[in-house]
Amino acid sequence: MSEIAIQVRDLEKRYRVWTHAPPTNLKERLAVAGAAVGARLRLAREAQFRQEVHALRGVSFDVPRGEVLGVIGPNGAGKSTLLSILARITEPTAGYAELRGRVSSLLEVGTGFHPELSGRDNVFLNGAILGMTRTETARKFDEIVEFSGVGEFIDIPVKRYSSGMQVRLAFAVAAHLEPEILLLDEVLAVGDAQFQARCHARVREMTSSGRTVLFVSHDISAVARLCHHAILLEHGRMTYQGPAAETVEAYLARNRRDDADELARAGSGAARVRSVDVTAADGSTVIHAGDSVTFAVELDGELPAEEPATIALTVKTTEGTALARLATEVDMWSRSLECTVEALPLNAGTYIVGSTIEQFGRLIDEAVTIAEFTVVRGEPLADRRPSTPVLVAHSWSTDRVSAAAVRSGRGR
Amino acid sequence: MSTSLEAAGSYPTIVIRPTRGPVPPRIGELWKFRELFAFLVWRDIKVRYAQTVLGAIWTIFQPLAMMGVYTYAFTQLARINTGSTPYVLFALSGLAVWTFVSRAVFQGTTSLVNEIALVTKTPSPRILIPMAAVVSMSVDFVITLALFLVFDAGYGRFPDWRFVFVVPLVSLTFVLAFGISLLLSALNVRYRDVGQALPFVIQLWFFLSPIAFPLFTPPHAWETYLQALNPLVGIVLAFRWSLLGTPAPHGLFVVAVIVTFVVLGLGVAYFARADRTIADDV
Repeated sequence: MSEIAIQVRDLEKRYRVWTHAPPTNLKERLAVAGAAVGARLRLAREAQFRQEVHALRGVSFDVPRGEVLGVIGPNGAGKSTLLSILARITEPTAGYAELRGRVSSLLEVGTGFHPELSGRDNVFLNGAILGMTRTETARKFDEIVEFSGVGEFIDIPVKRYSSGMQVRLAFAVAAHLEPEILLLDEVLAVGDAQFQARCHARVREMTSSGRTVLFVSHDISAVARLCHHAILLEHGRMTYQGPAAETVEAYLARNRRDDADELARAGSGAARVRSVDVTAADGSTVIHAGDSVTFAVELDGELPAEEPATIALTVKTTEGTALARLATEVDMWSRSLECTVEALPLNAGTYIVGSTIEQFGRLIDEAVTIAEFTVVRGEPLADRRPSTPVLVAHSWSTDRVSAAAVRSGRGR
Repeated sequence: MSTSLEAAGSYPTIVIRPTRGPVPPRIGELWKFRELFAFLVWRDIKVRYAQTVLGAIWTIFQPLAMMGVYTYAFTQLARINTGSTPYVLFALSGLAVWTFVSRAVFQGTTSLVNEIALVTKTPSPRILIPMAAVVSMSVDFVITLALFLVFDAGYGRFPDWRFVFVVPLVSLTFVLAFGISLLLSALNVRYRDVGQALPFVIQLWFFLSPIAFPLFTPPHAWETYLQALNPLVGIVLAFRWSLLGTPAPHGLFVVAVIVTFVVLGLGVAYFARADRTIADDV
């Protein structure tokens, strides 16, 4: 396992984006160029309009052959830039990288898919785009159709497919690539739960046969499950490197800290919720659906003495839909509190916690986002479909009428 | 996924480093991607007529309608003298070149921006994209040429030995359209103004080229050579020489060849320079 498949050293990427004018406007550029006399001056003027983005700042790591390395980090951290450099879509500004083996990159599912072409045509086209030869695609064609579950629709134009079908067909093509090194970007977050499970199984299969995978994702639960190791990118720097679970935890910890600092607060501010830590019963920040979960609340400042105050935590989806309100009364001497939820009824996904302190109808403190936590699939509340955020423990019973009753028209 | 991978030693190694100066086109890589190229051409052609009732008839109808309009305008209204050549044949021979060049340049120029996903999500050589767009338009040339031959026969005429020169001439036309497309498609990535101005510029180009009417200046006058800086002048005259037996353009054709290859050189050079930042700029 010590052999290195991907070696990355001091990778830097800077590029310039237009700040003033959209990058599409010749007039602006002519104005810039025309206003200046000398070439030197022209560059100086242009610099006002273009801003440099420093997307990667000296990233180095190695991936041993046969390993799955996860890359996580907030938006704009440089994850996709790193991947496009390794996929040779864009060049680094400095540093170098070496990839030893046949590389396939899957930065998007269904690149080049054309709605007017049939499923069959698109499979071949997409295969060619991903670097498969015609014969290779033809050989795997039946397998691809089988995997996608598109079945008899394979010969009708893709525009008539449901979006789920399109995505499944596109992933099916990609899943039949046979590279030695695979660069994957976010592509697993497609389809329904059942299809996702198959995708994950496929990635596991691909890695168990000695392939090296670099996996960039926002879905940190997928990273925790699929990857051996992971790196954390923040503002173009690699800030953590280690076993996948540890890196995920480091990332989550950082999120909580950042959030507490930068949030818009409302209220009189006499007292504040300083932090909320969300942990599973075993103290881990990786929470499984159905775990017993503790929300530990730290308070700052002084509550006015007159009346007991109400502290409420609101658990919300990332879109801001409130799912649950956990409220309690506190007195002026409270400094920290804990709220425990037995069997957290939330599906896999990321959730936000907001907090408020109210006293006698007056808002003392409000934080829209005080903490964020991620739930990964788990027992005892097994994941059904990730389409609903709430999992409800439930059971069904059926009352059957006799067949005779149905025939006589009385049964319903 | 049953292939097991052999032990170390046999792996191809890709080294990624910043490059300096223009990136020379990786010819070997282009060959590796020939299937993708063929697929792109095939897709462009297929998609063009998907869900049209008349399909390829449109390709015939368009030059036919143009020919009809020009014939009316330039024989009834303007009374243009095309010598012993029937005007219909004169117009069709010009239109064969024009429909190909104008549509190829338009498709080629907008191709990179239209294929944004191919540019930003796959490592396939980007030069293939304008190339495929230009090649897929050669269908228009073939159909208009066939139309010409039908009308030619209708007048009881048949091309002579000079007809074989259609092949090198159409290749030269391809080189011209490709060179312009390389230059403009890379520019269009940065400045979408190019795409906006294009239909207008193409229209101007039509009136600066002897498509629907002949050159009005004497063959060896300096004004004629000035006009010939537009390579379509030499190319269209050469096509007419090959198809209709009109006088050979000689010097004008030499100018066209030189200009065409200068344009190609500029296109390749600019594209190579821009290639490095296309994915960042798009």
